[in-house]
Amino acid sequence: MSKIIASAAIRGAHKIVERAEKKYAEALKKHGPGKEIAYPNTGYYLPIIYGILGIPVKTLGDMKPVIETCRRILPQPVREMHHLPYLAPALDAGMATFFAEEIEEAIDHYLEKPDFYQMGEDPSPERLWLGAADDVIMRKRGVEFVDGTAPGFAAILGAPPTKEIAVKLALELQEKNLYVFMAADTEGRTMSQQLREAGVQIGWPTRLVPFGPRTSATVFAIGFATRAAMSFGGIEPGDFRKILIYNKDRIFAFALTFGTVSDEWYANGAGAINYGFPVIADTPIPEVLPTGVCTYEHVVSNVPYDKMTAKAVEVRGLKVMVSKVPVPVSYGPAFEGERVRGEDIFSEMGGPKAPTVVEWTTSRPMDEVEDGKIEVIGPDLDEVQPGARFGMAVLAEVAGRTMQPDFEPILERQIHHLVNYAKGVMHIGQRDIAWYRISKDAFEKGFRLKHIGSILHAKYHGDFGGICDKVQVKIFTDPKKVVEILAKARSVYGRRDARVEGMTDESEKTFYSCTLCQSFAPSHVCVVTPERTGLCGAYSWLDCKAAYEISPTGPNQPIEKGKAVDEHKGQWEGVNAFVGRASRGNVASYNAYSIMDNPMTSCGCFECISAVAPSCNGIMTVDRDYPGMTPSGMKFTTLAGSVGGGAMTPGFVGHSKYYITSRKFVRAEGGIKRIVWMPKKLKEDLRARFEKRAAEEGVPDLLDRIADESVGTTEEEILPWLTEKGHPAISMDPLM
Amino acid sequence: MAENKEEKPGEPKAVSADPAVNEMLCDCKELPAGTVWDRLAKQTPQCTFGLDGLCCRHCAMGPCRFDAKRDKFKYGVCGVTADTVAARHFVRMIAAGTAAHSDHGRGVAETFLAAAKGEAKGFEIKDEQKLLQIAMDLGIEIGSRDTKDIAIDVGTCAVAIFGSQHGPIPLLKRAPLKRQAIWKELGIEPRGVDREVVESMHRTTMGVDQDPLNLIMQGSRTALADGWGGSMLATELQDVLFGTPQPILGRVNLGVLEKDKVNILIHGHEPLLSEMIVVVAQDPSMVAKAKAKGAQGINLAGICCTANEILMRHGVPIAGNFLHQEVAIATGAVDAMIADVQCVMEAVARTAGCFHTKIITTNYRAKMNGAVHIQFDEHDAIGTARQIVEAAIENFPNRKQVHIPNVQCDLIAGFSHETINYLLGGLFRAAYKPLNDNIINGRIRGLAGVVGCNTPKVVQDSAHIKLVKELIANDVLVLQTGCAAQACAKEGLLLPEAAAKHAGKGLAEVCEAVGIPPVLHMGSCVDNSRILMAATAVVKEGGLGDDITDLPAIGAAPEWMSEKAIAIGQYFVASGARVIFGATFPVLGAPGFKDLLFKGLEKTMGAVWDFEPDPSIMARKMIEAIDKKRAALGIDKSKERVLYDMAMRRELDAG
Repeated sequence: MSKIIASAAIRGAHKIVERAEKKYAEALKKHGPGKEIAYPNTGYYLPIIYGILGIPVKTLGDMKPVIETCRRILPQPVREMHHLPYLAPALDAGMATFFAEEIEEAIDHYLEKPDFYQMGEDPSPERLWLGAADDVIMRKRGVEFVDGTAPGFAAILGAPPTKEIAVKLALELQEKNLYVFMAADTEGRTMSQQLREAGVQIGWPTRLVPFGPRTSATVFAIGFATRAAMSFGGIEPGDFRKILIYNKDRIFAFALTFGTVSDEWYANGAGAINYGFPVIADTPIPEVLPTGVCTYEHVVSNVPYDKMTAKAVEVRGLKVMVSKVPVPVSYGPAFEGERVRGEDIFSEMGGPKAPTVVEWTTSRPMDEVEDGKIEVIGPDLDEVQPGARFGMAVLAEVAGRTMQPDFEPILERQIHHLVNYAKGVMHIGQRDIAWYRISKDAFEKGFRLKHIGSILHAKYHGDFGGICDKVQVKIFTDPKKVVEILAKARSVYGRRDARVEGMTDESEKTFYSCTLCQSFAPSHVCVVTPERTGLCGAYSWLDCKAAYEISPTGPNQPIEKGKAVDEHKGQWEGVNAFVGRASRGNVASYNAYSIMDNPMTSCGCFECISAVAPSCNGIMTVDRDYPGMTPSGMKFTTLAGSVGGGAMTPGFVGHSKYYITSRKFVRAEGGIKRIVWMPKKLKEDLRARFEKRAAEEGVPDLLDRIADESVGTTEEEILPWLTEKGHPAISMDPLM
Repeated sequence: MAENKEEKPGEPKAVSADPAVNEMLCDCKELPAGTVWDRLAKQTPQCTFGLDGLCCRHCAMGPCRFDAKRDKFKYGVCGVTADTVAARHFVRMIAAGTAAHSDHGRGVAETFLAAAKGEAKGFEIKDEQKLLQIAMDLGIEIGSRDTKDIAIDVGTCAVAIFGSQHGPIPLLKRAPLKRQAIWKELGIEPRGVDREVVESMHRTTMGVDQDPLNLIMQGSRTALADGWGGSMLATELQDVLFGTPQPILGRVNLGVLEKDKVNILIHGHEPLLSEMIVVVAQDPSMVAKAKAKGAQGINLAGICCTANEILMRHGVPIAGNFLHQEVAIATGAVDAMIADVQCVMEAVARTAGCFHTKIITTNYRAKMNGAVHIQFDEHDAIGTARQIVEAAIENFPNRKQVHIPNVQCDLIAGFSHETINYLLGGLFRAAYKPLNDNIINGRIRGLAGVVGCNTPKVVQDSAHIKLVKELIANDVLVLQTGCAAQACAKEGLLLPEAAAKHAGKGLAEVCEAVGIPPVLHMGSCVDNSRILMAATAVVKEGGLGDDITDLPAIGAAPEWMSEKAIAIGQYFVASGARVIFGATFPVLGAPGFKDLLFKGLEKTMGAVWDFEPDPSIMARKMIEAIDKKRAALGIDKSKERVLYDMAMRRELDAG
């Protein structure tokens, strides 16, 4: 901290805390202490206050101790001559700033003007600002931080001088896979508005997040980071030191400021430094170069716009893996969520309006594949009219010494996101229901269908080099050829499904571990079996097997399951030994198929949580997209808080959606027949597979006897309904 | 001898780097006993046998003297050699120094226990957090127990450490594990403070321990009983009773005396009574009494280490360091000088006789002809303080001529090791990490503890100032205690502005970032235990080895004079920190023992003593020693910046 910065930060913190105090007093007078106050759909209350101080603010009255803490830790102003040490006081002032700003945002924008922020992932024409991310967004996006598709975020304060610079910076940050969290204005300009005016798609899907127009919206970025530490790191609320160190070590965020840095901005900057997030400024403010609180420098200034992203990444100590893909458009995960629609569409293949698109990845003998050969058979984009709709077949042929037919579907499934990463290309679906849109902008930049081949060639080599030695891609737009490929592909799909269907935990000697998320959940370890996918839903047993082939020392390691300790509950000697080691002695043994007796531990990225519903003698299952109340008395997010972080919690277990229809789903307690409640949408999503499983269990209409939120969200509400429907769980052995 | 200020022909030799002292010497010409400098001149040349540690008068067969070059002085009457004699002297100095700190510590512990029991009016537990930390380190159960009960147990345990017969004393456990293992291996874990002092006295008496190595091992054990025992307990319990110091602005030098106020100078070492005097001096009834006597109020100031204690906790100004005690009286503005124990020259009573100053002794251990004795009663500390302040007020009207030099300087003090921890990261991220990081990246080259006294054998403060300026110019962060800190404070080095002016680029950047001076005042000489704790904290933070001996850190006492300095030096060496002393050194005539101290201890302790009277050469030697440690740690070359990808993040330790 330099003296100028510390003095300004402390001054700024005083102003901010005073303002929050005033607003709190006014609100208290108006509404009384019992008035409920919250950010929307979150189990983390006002997350910085909750994480750092451990105080769950549920009502206005709960803000009192927070305000008092702000006052207590707010330091004296820095003396001009012979000042006392100021680094620590300034850092404290920064934390007080965040507490006060969370209070201010809650009062101003959630209590007094509840329509100020747009709910959801995208801004609307009327409302640009998104405000606090709810837990659905936080978990969905948080997983990207966990698996590394997003290495961190840039918290933006203000706006660069021109739209053009804003667009260029945003693109550069996207190309580095970073999220861009935008707050505050510079002389009335905000970067979010600049981007919107320039026609850039903003919102969570493109990682350009317009949090809010005020400086105080910075707390939504910091609150996101604080929640990540609690939900993925399993850190207890109030364990402030661990939360801050977690962020320093694992969340690679930094702040960028544009224009004059006000006292309030300095105060926010000081707060960010507590998290190990350095500040990069475009103006010549004092620098703080010695290291310590952040990994490297704390404040670097006067950085030209064309160097800002590179400088920020270097100062934060971040290594961004950007794969070079030879396509004429920007390429990276930040463009995955970009939409192409209406006027923007140059051409559309597949989907409801255009003929079928099929995608098929297959392995061939070495001598039949010419690496890098990309053919377009039929017309390419420059040979069709703008707005043309046509069918297509994408055939990727792979050869490799360690390639196995089992890996084909894994590679094939990558096509969706690999193609989507190209800016201006939208991709939905897979297999024979794939759907492409190419934007006019992409076409104008030179994007052609052959580039789909370039992407697959580059990324298959880059990401799957361990199994792919040679890759060639054929793209068919000739309708006759498309039909031909479609028929072959469909028969392959059928064979693959039968193979996966036939794979059981009994038939395989080797399971795989998954510690991919140990970058975020350091003590968690998943054990992935053929019938139990990783609880994030992203890794099946085959995925893990392939990942092990590709990277033998990576996060997926084979586990010889060894002798069964309890075959029915799913406990094996080899698995116990592995888990004991990998959990650093925290978990001695566990049952893969039980919810009651030593269930598997959960990180923070599970798709679903099942919890015992004792009075219904069953279990309820909720997925992370369902924001409402459940019969457990907790929303998903609160459940996640009690289940996550590598903990073993009997009566609760995190799992993937796919696992619900597995034969091994809570087999120890009676399996699928125990499910008494699921959100309606989850029921519909799973219907086909579920009904098949239910029929095997002899209750083909089980799904319709399972309650959902339309029946009730408490056990008292659903129990009579279940009884009336004759739900099998009611008459099963007592669960407890 | 240390360098003198530039001398101009015809002018008298300057005795001090401090203009206030030089100004006051004109007022001291008529003193019957002269000043410390006059008396040193009269004593010079001093007995070289004594100087070099070669005079043995431990039995009535002697005194014997030794001279390696002269055959007749090769052996003492009992056959003892120069090396054994020097070693015995040295160990006795350690025992005396340890006894001084530890008797102070015992007094604190006893008052603490009385306070915990509610039997010492005016004292209370001010720092509960620290109490709990000490309780844990002493192995006292905390649970949901009442603070009072914990405090009583801590007090009882602390008092017992002094008389304990079977060690090791519990606070050794605070040291780095590797250091603890070395102590165990060498068999030098202290069993109890008193026991080690007694054994040292026994082993150094006629006809007992005649092996210099065996002697210095006992010397080390005794010194450790000081550093990790008596001294540390004194510091820790004082912090609990009076508050752990935090950064505070203060002033230093004779200019802090005020012409129109009752000036009370607190001299000596123990804060127990002086804390109460601070309270009483602010009492409106006392101020009214002072006004009734024609004064505008009451002005407290300190001398020597008591000054440091009340500066660190209350910002009470410092009138000066050890060599200021006579010249302060000569200002004619001191209405009372309150003295407890240690470093109080008998001359003050004689000097006071020429002015109106009342010398008030307060500790039954330390009485003096010509002084008034008012015994400090820990059970009625406020009452004692009141009596003393009243005596000072009474004396105000007796003032004669007053001459206060207009010399003073501001300083920042209060850097306890806990505070440093806070200062480097704030409430939420407190840690030594930024310090370690910046040592590793070379902005800070290393750490130096520059401590100790004044001695008239060195131009007052000159060696401290020169040494410290050279160290900080070379990016060495300096930690100070005692009179050494006051010397540099008078020069303005303890101000944050000194960083830009005197420090090297790297150190200045760190000082600017944290807002600290390049020289940190950590307290009184008993507080050198804070430096041990800070060094241990640096080791435990990681990245700089696993023992104090691995650190690029070194200690120095360029103007030392007290036996306490030798005890401190030995506990630093035994804790793994190299030390280097100036002025004079009491083993120079005994080549074998000198070699053992200066080289031989490296093998066992990982640290040695050194002697260097020239502060510039001393600075060079210290920087070389720091650089050697940096090279051993492999941090002498700059490292590539590490950029982290996801795989590297996964490999980070959990939590």
